[in-house]
Amino acid sequence: MPTLRIPTPLRPYAAGQSEINVQGSTVAEALDELVHSYPALRQHLFSEDGDLRAFVNLYINDEDIRHLQGIQTPIGEGDRLLLIPSIAGG
Amino acid sequence: MLPSLSHAEILRYSRHLLIPEVGLAGQQKLKAASVLVIGTGGLGSPVALYLAAAGVGRIGLVDYDVVDTSNLQRQVIHGTSGLGVLKVESARQRMLDLNPDIQVEVYNEPFTSANAMRIAQDYDILIDGTDNFPTRYLVNDVCVLLGKANVYGSIFRFDGQVSVFDARRGPCYRCLFPEPPPPGLVPSCAEGGVLGVLPGTIGTLQATEALKLILGIGEPLIGKLLLFNALDMSFDFVNLRKHPRCRVCGPEPEVTELIDYEAFCGVPGHDHEEGSVGGGYDIEAAALAERLKQGNFIRLLDVREPHELQISQLENATLIPLGQLAARLSELDTAEEIVVFCKAGTRSARALELMVSAGFRKIKNLKGGINAWARQVDPSQPIY
Repeated sequence: MPTLRIPTPLRPYAAGQSEINVQGSTVAEALDELVHSYPALRQHLFSEDGDLRAFVNLYINDEDIRHLQGIQTPIGEGDRLLLIPSIAGG
Repeated sequence: MLPSLSHAEILRYSRHLLIPEVGLAGQQKLKAASVLVIGTGGLGSPVALYLAAAGVGRIGLVDYDVVDTSNLQRQVIHGTSGLGVLKVESARQRMLDLNPDIQVEVYNEPFTSANAMRIAQDYDILIDGTDNFPTRYLVNDVCVLLGKANVYGSIFRFDGQVSVFDARRGPCYRCLFPEPPPPGLVPSCAEGGVLGVLPGTIGTLQATEALKLILGIGEPLIGKLLLFNALDMSFDFVNLRKHPRCRVCGPEPEVTELIDYEAFCGVPGHDHEEGSVGGGYDIEAAALAERLKQGNFIRLLDVREPHELQISQLENATLIPLGQLAARLSELDTAEEIVVFCKAGTRSARALELMVSAGFRKIKNLKGGINAWARQVDPSQPIY
């Protein structure tokens, strides 16, 4: 099952979890299921029109999905999805 | 022509000179180099200390703040004896004590579009140790426009990021983050906190990258982003690429000079809590105490996190953390008079905005938060 790493700023909206097993054969399906299970995450990931927000960076293993097939990128067993947050602390 | 080293310097740097990748020529390169450190806080502390110790010949420091007690949990370049002292001065003294052979230049001013080019132009490398989005976009654009490397580091709670943005050789910060998150979505360290040692980890990695760039050794983090999590002790690397339509480093840039970064990000260029919302929505702690004393019923709404109640509390307050407020508005009565508060007034300002747009009218923001209450009304409560 693919896994999704949740960065610290988003953990409060995902029941405090750092890593979640996701289901689906594409990124879009996995994210659908994710925000269905954790509705509070939706506004952080998607705009009101349902598009992935421009400041959300999603990687599969070490590649940006924008350089693959976007949210239609297929995912499979052992893939690791990383959400990269905008953080500014110093 | 690289500067020569004195006998005293040769002794000081002997552990460097023994490494073939550094050697005498490398140490001379360090002596000839100049690095501008923007921010002398959590990240800037270890960066400035290690660059000074390593013998980087000229180090610039930009900060406009003074040392505060709440800084000392992580800002290890400063000390208790320096409380109230300008951060750039406090840092300079410590650096020159560590290494009197270097030059430390200080800029006691905020880094802004008005002064950034003037300050940055004389340095080889910039190190981003700032604490807010507007200044991060500013540092990036300065580096792209001047053709310099930006050694980036950023932290929040247990998470850190490190990269080297050099638009001449790879992507820039805007290629990764073309636009900032909406105001209020990402808490700052002043609101959300940070593990004190985390900037130590991330800042020393930034210093490492700066030294590698100067020495021309190893593989700098150009085109790569390091993601660190202290709880999992995980280091993840992802590949970054140039954004084909990057607004500043792309083939048809729209940003060809510095812009208004506070307007671009919709937030101020510092991590100090404002505490007030304006527009007649603020109430001073003393005024609130007076109204309560007169026996008026006022619903006190605490939008902090539950663990913060262990630090300080207002009697009979209702707790709904800001993150849950939108979903729990039905628990509140629009007919009641409500005063919203948090630690210092930033989260409550956001809560107030949310509630006003949901139709709440009899609502005020406790200016300066429960910390102001502790200062003005109840000194038995601590300030944090």
